[in-house]
Amino acid sequence: MTVQDSTATLLKSTSAHHSPSTYYHSMAEADTVISVRNFSLWYSKKRALTNVTIDFPRNQITALIGPSGCGKSTLLRAINRMNDLIKGVRTEGNILIDGNDIYAKGVDPVEVRRRIGMVFQKPNPFPRSIRENILFGAKINGYKGDYDQLVEECLRRAALWDEVKDDLNKSGLALSGGQQQRLCIARAIAVAPEVILMDEPCSALDPISTLRIEELMRDLAKQYTILVVTHNMQQASRVADNVAFMLSDDVTTGMLVEYGPTSEVFTNPKSKRTEDYITGRFG
Amino acid sequence: MVVGQIPAQQAAEFSVDLPRRKAVGWVFIALGLLSILFALFILLLLLYDVVHRGLPYLTWEFLTGFDSRFPSRAGVLAALAGTVYMMGFTILFALPLGIMAAIYLEEYAGDSWFANAVQINISNLASVPSIIYGLLGLQVFVRVMGLNRSVLAGALTMALVILPIIIVASREALRSVPPSIRDASLALGATKWQTIRHHVLPYAVSGIMTGNILAAARAIGESAPLIAIGALTFVPFTPNSPLDLFTVLPIQIFNWTSRPQEAFHDVAAAGIIVLLVVLLILNSLAIFLRWRFRTQF
Amino acid sequence: MASIRTHFEQQLRELQDDTLVLGSMVDSAIASAVDALKRRDLEASNRVIDEDNLIDRKRWEIEQRSIMIIATQQPTASDLRFLYAIASIITDLERMADHAEGIAKISLMIGDNPLPKPLIDIPRMCDVSRSMLRRSLDAFVNRDAEGAKAVAQEDDLVDALYDQVYRELLTIMIENPRTITIATYLLWAAHNLERIADRVTNICERVVYTVTGRMEEINVSKY
Repeated sequence: MTVQDSTATLLKSTSAHHSPSTYYHSMAEADTVISVRNFSLWYSKKRALTNVTIDFPRNQITALIGPSGCGKSTLLRAINRMNDLIKGVRTEGNILIDGNDIYAKGVDPVEVRRRIGMVFQKPNPFPRSIRENILFGAKINGYKGDYDQLVEECLRRAALWDEVKDDLNKSGLALSGGQQQRLCIARAIAVAPEVILMDEPCSALDPISTLRIEELMRDLAKQYTILVVTHNMQQASRVADNVAFMLSDDVTTGMLVEYGPTSEVFTNPKSKRTEDYITGRFG
Repeated sequence: MVVGQIPAQQAAEFSVDLPRRKAVGWVFIALGLLSILFALFILLLLLYDVVHRGLPYLTWEFLTGFDSRFPSRAGVLAALAGTVYMMGFTILFALPLGIMAAIYLEEYAGDSWFANAVQINISNLASVPSIIYGLLGLQVFVRVMGLNRSVLAGALTMALVILPIIIVASREALRSVPPSIRDASLALGATKWQTIRHHVLPYAVSGIMTGNILAAARAIGESAPLIAIGALTFVPFTPNSPLDLFTVLPIQIFNWTSRPQEAFHDVAAAGIIVLLVVLLILNSLAIFLRWRFRTQF
Repeated sequence: MASIRTHFEQQLRELQDDTLVLGSMVDSAIASAVDALKRRDLEASNRVIDEDNLIDRKRWEIEQRSIMIIATQQPTASDLRFLYAIASIITDLERMADHAEGIAKISLMIGDNPLPKPLIDIPRMCDVSRSMLRRSLDAFVNRDAEGAKAVAQEDDLVDALYDQVYRELLTIMIENPRTITIATYLLWAAHNLERIADRVTNICERVVYTVTGRMEEINVSKY
């Protein structure tokens, strides 16, 4: 029986070794880029975010999911202070980027926005040449390097170079939807941001273009920290390392319900409400 | 038709009657066509009358000669030169003022009570009868500033007339710039002015130019405010400096039509043709500019 | 809760019902196999072997449908765990049926030879295993992780019975070496039952996974 016993022990120990939790990378170990601390936001009298506290780890993709009106886009736009452009916006709490509070007095949202790039729901290239699209951000921010080199590098990183290298002077609007969105990504990385915010970047694209963008996101995550708002659960499960589920209910608007590694959230969510949402039994 | 596949009891609840529904549509199309034909007919009638009467007088001498007591020797040069001269100054004053005011109101003023008050006033000013501006010009420019009945006084007065139109049209053009373009620029770390300078204005420029040219066209056809400041009706010379006396086409035409000799009415028709051609040129310019900026990319 | 995925839920329910049908087919195959062995009814043993085809076919059908649901509905969370559990459970059930078929084949191999002793503990192993099987499927339907864990613990009882059968048959073989062939056959039959009980603990593990999302070994068999 000794052989069997030791085999059993061996089996036990290997199964313990392969227990799922060891497959999940630990978020606690990762270095935090953005730290949202007890953050609330109001549009005039209407509250949009309630005491959100969440840390986004460096060089990972975090997906923000949740039903419409749950505050996920608001949270995204709070991180580069795009919400400031809307009249009557009021905030409480802090958002720290590399430990510095971007809502502290004296912080210029213009500088915040250079460090936190953004890609929008509908591809919105400037009605100018591909080259000018990429160079605009660099020029206004006083880029001193070689322009041609920058254009090529950004387009390569956005996996667009091979498709457009022969007509950089063509209008950005002449590209297909998927190419336009990649151009917008190239444009965003031209100002060397640390973080790229993506607000439903594929919702206006066909499935193949969507997959190309997702592929690109995985690639970019090696250098940038990416936050993506998506309504597409499959997309979140495909691209994201971590998933944050947000929700508004009768009492609280815009709260964080669950946050964890993608594999955990999609196989075994802790919250019943997350479960109901991702399995499509919401309401 | 798939009607046969619809359950009978469900089909019974519909009274499709497609012919009648289509007939209603046709009636509407016919009414619309009639309306436009009516308008065109009146326009053609007017054009025919003017061309028929004015064409015989539309000679080189008419374009290069000054007014005269004799219909056959009357020329339009002084009025044409006065119009061009005055309009040049009008645009010089009104264009930068109007566009800058529009940018301020649309982009910077926000939603304050001040901006709202200005907004309401400008809308009102756009519909004030132009004679009122003429009276204002008479008091301020002609008398207080001592500019006399000069080209400059006329241009300043006319600038006042079209300023509200320019502001309203320019704001409309600025408003039509998609927010996504502004967002894209701001998200790259551009300041508000950089965003306006590099994206909003270039995008809106064709709309702004169109609005401005249409405003200028309106100014060319105006006579009331100039009559009020006392622009002359008999000018046997072209203005040489901004402070010279002058006349403009509408005043000249008005003057000719009010003379007793029947022949002068035909001279007036020739003047109208010249005015129409000037307007046509300006409108074509507006169309060309819009096309030019739109096809840039 | 007002669900907005009634069609999907209907599909899941049908899958669960069919898994229960498969479970009861396997259950009766085990019962028939052991009963035929005990009563020396070779015709009944043959029937068990024939009917294993039906079980295989049912298993493939359920598997096919769960693959189709995974492909078309993109299940997540508890739905995903449920479907994965179904795939795993039907595999275990099908293997149990193979063990039952094995017992039936042993019965044929014994043929007309007399049994060295009347069967007592083997039918008891059979009863315990079948009861475990039924209750493990109950636990699955009721999403009862605790119940499943309790069922899995009973595997120890089957192991103990197997020990007993093993020692008894060994004694018989030592006493009368001419019985060795038949006694060995019976040992195989008992071993098949022991394996069936082990498969039940696998099902119990899947129940726990379906309910809690945790993968864990809940009772490691002695054998």
